[in-house]
Amino acid sequence: MDLISFGDNGWGDELFVAALMTIAVAIAAMLIGFLFALIFTPLKLSKYKILNLIANSYTTVVRGVPELLVIYLFFFGGSGAIMYVAQIFGYYDYIEINAFITGATSIGIISGAYSTEVFRGAIQSIDKGQFEACHVLGLKKYIYFFKVIMPQMLRLAIPNLSNVWQITLKDTSLISVTGLVEIMRQSYIAAGSTRDPLFFYSFAALLYLILTFLSMKLINRLEKNYSRGY
Amino acid sequence: MDLELIITIFPKLLGATLITLKLLFASLFFGLILGLFFAILRLNKNKLISSFAYGYSYLFRGTPLLVQIFIIYFGLGQIEYLRTTFLWVILKEPYWCAIIAFSLNTGAYTSEILRSAFETIKPGIIEAGRSLGLNKVFIFTKIQIPIAIKQSLPAYGNEIILMLKGTSLASTVTLMDITGVAKFIISTTFRPVEVFIIAGSIYLFITFLVHNLIKYLEKKYSYNN
Repeated sequence: MDLISFGDNGWGDELFVAALMTIAVAIAAMLIGFLFALIFTPLKLSKYKILNLIANSYTTVVRGVPELLVIYLFFFGGSGAIMYVAQIFGYYDYIEINAFITGATSIGIISGAYSTEVFRGAIQSIDKGQFEACHVLGLKKYIYFFKVIMPQMLRLAIPNLSNVWQITLKDTSLISVTGLVEIMRQSYIAAGSTRDPLFFYSFAALLYLILTFLSMKLINRLEKNYSRGY
Repeated sequence: MDLELIITIFPKLLGATLITLKLLFASLFFGLILGLFFAILRLNKNKLISSFAYGYSYLFRGTPLLVQIFIIYFGLGQIEYLRTTFLWVILKEPYWCAIIAFSLNTGAYTSEILRSAFETIKPGIIEAGRSLGLNKVFIFTKIQIPIAIKQSLPAYGNEIILMLKGTSLASTVTLMDITGVAKFIISTTFRPVEVFIIAGSIYLFITFLVHNLIKYLEKKYSYNN
């Protein structure tokens, strides 16, 4: 128990901060994923074949390639790519991207592919009559999307989005290879300096279980809220 | 884009594919056995037994695979007693540790897939078997299992692909699978894009094969045609 006490002697406070870091990365990745989904879902549903192809290659490649490989691509290639762009604008210094941004972006791109599929499925399962009714009523595009389609889509999408959240939360453990101090990295450091890997990795597993459990509870509430009237 | 580099690294990554496939097949094999075992426990009427199976699947589905590998590879070696038993022969090898972790992980997901497949079988079908005087084992192996296989094929196909991606974590415990070799090449040549394209294509190709195999099996097992 001394090992996880707060203060200078234990690893409690470090692990607590690391858990907050995991949550922060997961939320950032999820939001970046939504951004990607916002771009690629309309492409998937578009009637132009070429746009479909672009969106399909994004989701297929990202969902078929290991997460770790995507992380390595961004970790080793990220600053190179940014520097390449910066050189075009006449900036020649070395640019280092921080591990949080690298991690959140790479996990975000992965979770974006899953979110895209979820949103596509949800929009496709909305009754066709709803779209036609909006058209007949002559609703503005903005109202049509945010007031009619979006609430219905969210009700259908939330159960699947909760799966995406769970995947994203667990994927954040892979960012530890880039050196970002989240739960996994902190446990690695603690295990190394105390020579007690069994305890610290089991404790890390417990922290992840707590996080998944709590987020499940929260999402269930959200689900209830969005399925009022059903 | 450096074509010469691509030509030199392609055989190296292709060689590493063998380890990835070995890991994949071994963990799917053991995972399927574990999955079937725990799915049967899950359907047991005894609350204690079914909640034990539920606990197993919750534990392994709620924690990242990376933690599971680290607990088995770094953690178990710490127990002095284990080092004296014959188990240590297996547990000191990163290869077997990876397979154990993957099998337990995919076993948990498989048990959920099989459980829901068993639950969707209409009770009437089992009752029909019973009224024909078939015994329990016969009903299970000849009626329930074939139907469950058909029901669970699409979900199990997804699980195979997830497991394929999961094998990349073997590289964190020093194994040189596709991702391990890819990381090594990236860190020596600093050409992440080329390596990503080649390694990614190999994974995508395997995914493509799995996808088509499942499609073929689905067709074969559907009784409409």
